[in-house]
Amino acid sequence: MNSTKVAENSIQAAQDSIIEDFELLEDWTEKYKYIIELGQVSPGLPEALKTPDIKIKGCQSNVWLHTELKDGKIVFSGDSDAMITKGLINLLINVLSDREPREILEGDLYFIDRIGMKQHLSPTRANGLASMIKQMKIYALAYKTKLENAN
Amino acid sequence: MESPSKTYQPTSTPFDVDAIRRDFPILERKVLGKPLVYLDNAATTQKPSAVIQSITDYYTQINSNVHRGVHHLSEEATNAYEGAREKVRQFLNAGSVEEIIFTKGTTGGINLVASAWGRKHLKAGDEVLVSGMEHHSNIVPWQMICSEKGAHLKVIPINQQGELDMDQYTSLLNERTRLVALVHISNALGSINPVRRMIEMAHRKDIPVLIDGAQAAPHLAIDVRDLDCDFYAFSGHKMYGPTGIGGLFVKKAWLEKMDPYQGGGEMIKSVTFEKTVYHDLPHRFEAGTPNIAGAIGLGAAIDYLRAIGYDSILAYESDLQAYASEKIGSIPGVRLIGTAHDKAGVVSFVVEQVHPLDLGTMLNAAGIAIRTGHHCAQPVMDFYRIPGTARASLGIYNTRAEIDHLAETTRETIKLLS
Repeated sequence: MNSTKVAENSIQAAQDSIIEDFELLEDWTEKYKYIIELGQVSPGLPEALKTPDIKIKGCQSNVWLHTELKDGKIVFSGDSDAMITKGLINLLINVLSDREPREILEGDLYFIDRIGMKQHLSPTRANGLASMIKQMKIYALAYKTKLENAN
Repeated sequence: MESPSKTYQPTSTPFDVDAIRRDFPILERKVLGKPLVYLDNAATTQKPSAVIQSITDYYTQINSNVHRGVHHLSEEATNAYEGAREKVRQFLNAGSVEEIIFTKGTTGGINLVASAWGRKHLKAGDEVLVSGMEHHSNIVPWQMICSEKGAHLKVIPINQQGELDMDQYTSLLNERTRLVALVHISNALGSINPVRRMIEMAHRKDIPVLIDGAQAAPHLAIDVRDLDCDFYAFSGHKMYGPTGIGGLFVKKAWLEKMDPYQGGGEMIKSVTFEKTVYHDLPHRFEAGTPNIAGAIGLGAAIDYLRAIGYDSILAYESDLQAYASEKIGSIPGVRLIGTAHDKAGVVSFVVEQVHPLDLGTMLNAAGIAIRTGHHCAQPVMDFYRIPGTARASLGIYNTRAEIDHLAETTRETIKLLS
């Protein structure tokens, strides 16, 4: 990126848009209602894909994260039995999905802090969210290595 | 200077819940911009000013080590500490202060009995009988000592209402049973067990009984002589006292048949490299500098509860318990877990189609503190085939308005998620 202007479709732009949305929400009840809506509109995963090997450890609810590579980009999809968790996954997917592995690896995720989620989540839940992000980055690294070896 | 052993009185007259609420400074605070509705009392209760003040007084006026120095402060601290022991004795109606051991809490008390009593009296093939509704802290210490000794843990089953199966209990008491370890009130279900009757049944076969009173101490007047229990363990922090302090009653006859399980200062009379002579009862079970401030705080909590009176507390809380069960139980989609005839302090429930984590989060956003999960009683959750429950647990400062708020927010959350 040569310009300081936020590039369209960048991780930064996606995060800024989320931050803007959250600024309109008055209190935590409203914020969570919005996250629940995000969970409800998310397609989730078909039951057949919810296998133990794609389950993320360290969450209070069951969380599954699925990945596939399409035209050199990682497409994430995820699901959870808790709707708020599913909404949070959807937020992460909005920011990180459909991007090249390198972009995901280099991405600085500041939106969680800026929407107040970092301070708000209890340590166990914050760990769950951190586990999700970590897992997404691990996938990115794995795909990056795989792509480099293929070339 | 004021006497350190002064009696702390509530500023309220019994039973005025608004006045009682004013005794608890934390209830004035807001969480996430909303007034705090604290319904996690089975995990720990809030502290009245009298308790907080007693701890401040101790550290600002008489802080000193106990049972040691001849200097004045040490004497005052010792008097305050031993004065607190006398308060615990009265609280439990024990016959003698020698029967009162200060512990870290209920878990500490049960572990003490498992070690000091279990190591001496359990042998291979013996059985320790617990119930299916025990907190992990009345399961794991027995598993540990049983595995060390080759003894076996047996379990009294529960029924769908969350009551103990008394027929099974009768048949489980046999010549191999060496101890019954039983919860007085279940933390996950709120069931009040018929401990007096169960102790009598065990005693007819000369089997001693330990009662886990962690959840009973804040709700019921306890009389260890009337119950005739052999051991009774409770925690300060679940009865409006400080964390890290609890009491263990041990019947005198057993005290003399138990060896100290931790060595150190405070618990000895004389030490040479050849031989140590243990201190008198109960000090030989309190190795190291004790939690002096905690004991004094616990004493203040006892004064506070006694001044309100357990009769008034029970009457108020029973009414609130019934109200909460009715309010929460009548929400479409809600199923109450634990519907025992005798219940105290707890409304545990599951909501169809709603993950407990989602419910807990939405309630938290509304300023309501409840607990979701297995409540350290996984065997209870396994019995009901559920991963966990949402649990609202009541204290003396909770109101019908708070229950209404809980019910309303639960309804809204269900609507939102279905």
